Formats: sequence, structure tokens, C-alpha cells
Amino acid sequence: MAKELWKGNEAIAEAAIRAGCRHYFGYPITPQSEIPEYMARRMPEVGGVFVQSESEVAAINMVYGAAGAGARAMTTSSSPGISLMQEGMSYLAGAELPCVIVNVMRGGPGLGTILAAQGDYFQATRGGGHGDYRNIVLAPVNIQEAVQMTQEAFDLADLYRIPVMILLDGMIGQMMEAIEWPELEKRELPSKEWATTGNEGRTNRRIINSLYIDAPSCARHNERLAKKHAQIESREVRYVGRGVEGAEVVFVAYGTPARIAQAATERLAQQGVRAGVFRPQTLWPFPYAALQATLWQESVKAVVCFELSHGQMLDDVKIALEGRKCLEFVGSSGGEVLEFTALVDCALSALARV
Amino acid sequence: MTVIYERSKGLSDAQTHYCPGCTHGMIHKLVAESMQELDIIGKTIGVASVGCSAFAYDYFACDMQAAAHGRAPAVATGIKRVHPKSYVFTYQGDGDLAAIGLGEIISAAMRGESITVIFINNAVYGMTGGQMAPTTLVGQRATTAPAGRNAEGYPIKMCEIMAQLEGCIYAERVCCIDVASHARAKRAVKKAFSLQAENRGLSFVEVLSTCSTNWRKTVLESMQWLKTTMTQTFPLGVYKDV
Repeated sequence: MAKELWKGNEAIAEAAIRAGCRHYFGYPITPQSEIPEYMARRMPEVGGVFVQSESEVAAINMVYGAAGAGARAMTTSSSPGISLMQEGMSYLAGAELPCVIVNVMRGGPGLGTILAAQGDYFQATRGGGHGDYRNIVLAPVNIQEAVQMTQEAFDLADLYRIPVMILLDGMIGQMMEAIEWPELEKRELPSKEWATTGNEGRTNRRIINSLYIDAPSCARHNERLAKKHAQIESREVRYVGRGVEGAEVVFVAYGTPARIAQAATERLAQQGVRAGVFRPQTLWPFPYAALQATLWQESVKAVVCFELSHGQMLDDVKIALEGRKCLEFVGSSGGEVLEFTALVDCALSALARV
Repeated sequence: MTVIYERSKGLSDAQTHYCPGCTHGMIHKLVAESMQELDIIGKTIGVASVGCSAFAYDYFACDMQAAAHGRAPAVATGIKRVHPKSYVFTYQGDGDLAAIGLGEIISAAMRGESITVIFINNAVYGMTGGQMAPTTLVGQRATTAPAGRNAEGYPIKMCEIMAQLEGCIYAERVCCIDVASHARAKRAVKKAFSLQAENRGLSFVEVLSTCSTNWRKTVLESMQWLKTTMTQTFPLGVYKDV
């Protein structure tokens, strides 16, 4: 298959359309505005719907309505806009509506900067909205993977009736890379027998709702959600370990930092240090067991967590590590992207100390 | 045996939770009868909101979605864009529509979404216990305006606002406190639904409603107060019909 040059944001938009998304609702914000712009052009060509909402608050609620009506619905935004969507995320989780939300992360807090960052890890993986819920979080490392994950995200959403977030830094949204369009794998998915379509021809009413006013029924509902979350944790963990077997140094990173860490391993190899990169592809469910097995290898002397934040995924690395190895952190946020030499220096000084 | 009256098929069998003297039940009936008479129950998807009518999703016989506070017009937009031939309505109170959801209702009308909005205005937050609403009259007492609404601005007049928006094709303010007003309200609701077939824009019916519980009035006093006092601030009538 021929390779094509695509910009990250536009590739994600096209991937969504190829995955059968015909309802997109969004609001402009840098660095993801190419997605609504692409959708505005492309949706009419495929008989789909593009609505520019009045706010991210409205966009996520339009997704709620469309997903509740049975459609493959999507919205995209960047950090400040995603904050505004958190109320809707909670309702989507409570009403168990499948949908895809893309966060092309920029620097924060507040208005921050429009440049790439990873400061929304906590918000994405800990439930940025209220209540006891989880949502799947996929983290692509390049545009090829962003395309595959976008297509996968719709299936996962439908399979588990859960919102799926694709979390990428602005670098991946804004860069251009050569990609191939993968053949779509046809997956058996449950039919949407809960969707509000108008009850003509059936006897039951369908209700999309997250209100369970009496405690026992709310508790039962939340238990059911917890079971679903446990099922996802047991089945859908994804990660890549590259050069980690027998490594002395393991970098843990996702998104763009994983690519920078890869460059650091190559420099370290020149200096006779065996280093590898462990990269979670699902941030929730997080690959605790696989990461632990990797980091607990006898060969591993130092672990370096690298993020475009001041340490958020770091908490999950600590959980997996259980304090067994020397753990270093390298990070910057606010739009600055460190060079791989910072990682090399950090690894070498850690090795010198252990 | 001749049936002279029966429950509308547009209502479910559930018993409503509304207070005595509240006209929510009556307005539900108008919506249900309108759906039945237009033969669109099976083609209708309703959106319940947050407030006293939060359980409305249980009371109508059509498919329903329950929206977050104020967001019903955005949810309705999503539904209508998926099922453009269906009839989609929101059922919202004054706190939901005219305070927290002001952006959503204005923008849905701005876009000319072909949905019907049933707006219940009782000039008070009912479910949470009688706090000041954006529609509370000047001088009217509320638990968060214990001396009466005086320094906290003026009641927002939604029909008048909606009528200014090109995407809103029909706006009428009605009430249902007696037989005549009930008949007028029914005509308005039914017309608002039927307009969706024309796919020209948003239809808006504001229904002035009583809240004996939080107005601290008897049912009869409430009806009287609505008729004589509330309609001075919120005059009944057709504000737009194009």
C-alpha cells in the first residue's frame, strides 16, 4: 500500500470517518482546529454531519445526544476545552454512551500555551469529571498509530459502551508523517438495542439516563460499571516494550517523549549502556503488571520516567515499581520539549550512583 | 361501554411526583395529547432536563434522554442530527433554560435546529427549595432573596428574546390555569410539534406555571397570582409565528 503524507490532526479526522463516524461536533481551539476544519469539508462528502458548537460544553452534550441516538459520534478539543467537557464526560460514563473524544494536549494550567504538553494525564486517567467512573485512554506515539487508534477507539467504545479518549500531545497533532491506511478489521460488536430511535414498531421505551435517585439502585449501577471497568482492565491493556529485555536503563514514556527516549537509547548504546523504552499505549487501563515485570528484571539498574509535565504518569510508574529500583524523573511542561541529551545525562548520572 | 375520557397514550403508567397545585402534570398531558393527536409518539425522542421535571423521562411514552443541567438543547441537537425525521423536544424549567442553559438555548435557536422547546416558567427554583430564578419577579420573595428580588436584576423574558432570533420560527407564551388557557396552551404545544415536519427552525412554547409549595401560597392563590401578577411581567401571547 502506498504511503501518504498526512498532518496528524487531519489524519485523525479522516480515520474517524473511515471508522464510520458520521457525526462530529466541535469547537475551535489550537492546536486541534484542523480537525473541525477537516470535518466541515469532509463530512458533507460522505453524507455525515458537522456541527460547530457554541462551546465545548455544548459539543460534548451534542455527542451525548447523538451517541444516545445510536450514532458513532466524536468530538475533539485541546486541554482548556477538554476541561469544559468534563461534566459531559461524567454523564456519558454514567449513561454508558459509546463515543470518542480526542484531546490534542497543549500547555496549562489555565490558558497556558498552544504548544505541546502532557499535563492532562491526571484529568484523562483519573476521571476528570465527578463520580466513580473510568474511561479508556489511548496514547498514540505517531500519526500512523493515531490513525489505527482512532479506528480502534470507536470499536472499543461500542464494545464496552464507554467513552474512549485519544490523548496526544500537540506535536503529534501538528506534525506531518507518511502513513499507510490500514484495512479496517471487522469486529463483532453488540447491536445498540438501547439507542433512542423513536419507539415505532417496538413496545418498550428506551431511556438514556444517569440518574438513579435511590441509593440501592445507584449502588447497583456503579457496581455494574466497576465490573465493566475490571473487565476492560483484564482485556484491553496495551503497551510496547522496545529493547527492554536485559536493559540496564528503562525509559518510561508515552506519546512524543517515547520517541525522544528512543533517540536516547541509541546514544546510550554507543556508550555501551543497554537501554530500552517501555511505552504504555493504554493509559487507562495502565499496564501495571507488564511494566512491573519489565522494571523488576535483575538487569535493570535505573528507571527514567519522562513526560511533558512535571510528573503525572510518574505516579503510575511508582505504583508499578513499588520502590524496588532507582527511579528518576525528567520532565518539562508549558510547551518546551527537552532534547534526548537530557535523558542520556539523567541515565548516566543515575547509573553512576547505583 | 363508551369511553369518554382516558389517559393519553403519550404518557407512561408511572405516577408523577409533582406537588399538589403544580401544573407540570397538566403540561405533560398537553405534550402527550399533542404527540398522540399528531400520531408521532413512536417518532418522538424527548429530552428531560434537571429541576422539578428531572424524572420526565419516566412519564412520557416515547423514547427519552436525560440531559445534564441546562444542556437539553445541545443534547436535542445531537439527537435531531442523527434522526432528522424524528420529532425531538426538550422539556426545561426556568433555572435550566434561562440561567445555566442560556447559552445552549440561544445557540440552538441561532442554528435554527428543528426542535420543539417546552419551557416551564414558574419564577422560582422548585426542586432545590424555592431559590431565586432568573425569572423571579421584582419584589418576589425567594429563599435566596429573602427580602424579595430587588437589587438582583430583573426577570429574563425568554419569549421576547427567542422572537429576535431568525432560527426561531415560533414563540408563544401561554399558561394553563383554567379551561380557556388550557385550550390555548394545547394549541400552542401541538402547533410547535407539528412545525417540526416543516424543518424550518426551532419552535418555543413558554408555559407560565404555578409553584404553590415555594410561592408559599394556596393552590387557588397561586392560580390567581399567576393570572394577575405574573402575566404583567410575562404577557401571554404569540411573539413570533413565521
